[in-house]
Amino acid sequence: MSDEPADERSESANGAGSGATRDDAPAFEAARYPDGSITYPAHPTGPGGDEPVGTVDLSEYTAEVVTWTTSTATPPGVREPNHVAIVEFDVDGEPVRAIGQATTGDIDIGDEVEPVYCDQLRDPDAGIREPASQEWDGFRFRPVE
Amino acid sequence: MEDVAIIGASMTQFGQRDAWIRELLAEAGQACLDDAGVSADAVEHLYVSNMASGEFEGQTGVPNALAHDLQAVPAYTARIDQTSSSGGAGIYAAWQSVASGASDMTLLVGGEKMTHKSTAESTDVIASLTHPVEYKHGLTLPSFAGLTARLYLDTYDAPRESLGKVAVKNHKNGVDNPHAQFRKEVDLDTVLDSPIVADPLRLYDFCPITDGSAALMFCPASVAEEYADEYVRVSGIGGATDTHVVHERSDPTTMRGVVESSDRAYEMAGLSPDDVDVAELHDMFTILEFLQFEDLGFAEKGEGWKAIEEGRTERDGDLPINTSGGLKSKGHPLGASGVAQAYEIVQQLRGDAGKRQVDADVGLACNVGGFGNCVTTAIFEEVNA
Repeated sequence: MSDEPADERSESANGAGSGATRDDAPAFEAARYPDGSITYPAHPTGPGGDEPVGTVDLSEYTAEVVTWTTSTATPPGVREPNHVAIVEFDVDGEPVRAIGQATTGDIDIGDEVEPVYCDQLRDPDAGIREPASQEWDGFRFRPVE
Repeated sequence: MEDVAIIGASMTQFGQRDAWIRELLAEAGQACLDDAGVSADAVEHLYVSNMASGEFEGQTGVPNALAHDLQAVPAYTARIDQTSSSGGAGIYAAWQSVASGASDMTLLVGGEKMTHKSTAESTDVIASLTHPVEYKHGLTLPSFAGLTARLYLDTYDAPRESLGKVAVKNHKNGVDNPHAQFRKEVDLDTVLDSPIVADPLRLYDFCPITDGSAALMFCPASVAEEYADEYVRVSGIGGATDTHVVHERSDPTTMRGVVESSDRAYEMAGLSPDDVDVAELHDMFTILEFLQFEDLGFAEKGEGWKAIEEGRTERDGDLPINTSGGLKSKGHPLGASGVAQAYEIVQQLRGDAGKRQVDADVGLACNVGGFGNCVTTAIFEEVNA
């Protein structure tokens, strides 16, 4: 079921590679709050009600698959099938969850995955959302061999 | 605070309709005025539950349009958008308007026109409620259902077949609902062999895309007796939210908005889950019937799937769930669904449910927006004046 052979360090929306590499990819940025909690994405205030005091680059960590699915009825501009997963990072003892596309449907709950950068996760011009209103790059999750 | 009564209820045929949003709303609104025996000029507040008439049809300003179409001008109007729970939120707003004394006659009409768009386009309109970090990955409401169903089945060792049995039950109930989009039974093999949509969920685990409208008339209980010998009282209502970003929930199989909103509704009503005789749950996906069944207090966490296996939620079970056919069979016109849930409970409590009739004095409706992002739970009781 693995239908997207990932580039070693990065990939594009169609899996063909984009030229962006892990070295020049942006950070997979989560926010750290005064009480030690970390969230992805960042929020103006964290679970404790305080503003963020720093960031964590989740691309430096691996994560465990909490759950996953393969969606076969995808909206305009989204790859089909679309493998997606909720994963949990352990950042020095602090759990941080994230969601995103998986590079393959050949994964299972409990598997270890690593983030891999993708410069365009879906076609910004195909859906209902205003393209300029948000970013369209991000990180997929790839099983750790 | 005024005791609030419902003295009129209506719903249109759900399904693929030629009518557009204004016509659908007017159809249900006029039918509700007729059912209540209330003239349009007596309506003081008029609320319209609708998620996306602008996005679907390019028609905005629907509350004012409806006020004019019903000749309810100069009633105060507002549009209530809480995505899939717009109907429940409309019930909350209508209840507030009467309970506070701001209105002595409030008409709530929920509706959506969707079927002229493709499934992919409709899915995208609904998915536009997601956070940017979810939207850019192509997350949709069905994919959240797949993610949650897999975790639920794995965590609680529940059989995949139990989800299929929810679809079978609700389709069976829908056969006897003349307003339902699908009035056709399906067997378990058909459900389990249908195409995968969001693994492990298949086509028959999902509700359809639907056009339709439903309406309710609210007034003070002290006024209700002028219109009807029997009416329905809103004995408890609660609304609550959960995180916008779904993956930030510590337990994705618990819908905190359902827990919080039902706690408030039970407390207001002075009732417990054991007092509920019949309920309409938001089965946009089969897995949601299990999650709400548990989070409303009808079963322990992880035990909800056993209710369908034991037949408890069948029409002849001890707690019938979705006698209307649910969103699964009846259809899910976003803004109308929460109102139509209450319509079914009103029919059951008034003894007007026909072949679907069960023995019930207390009914509950739970309307879920997003993937549990916003929830309204309402409890209704029969009153004989």
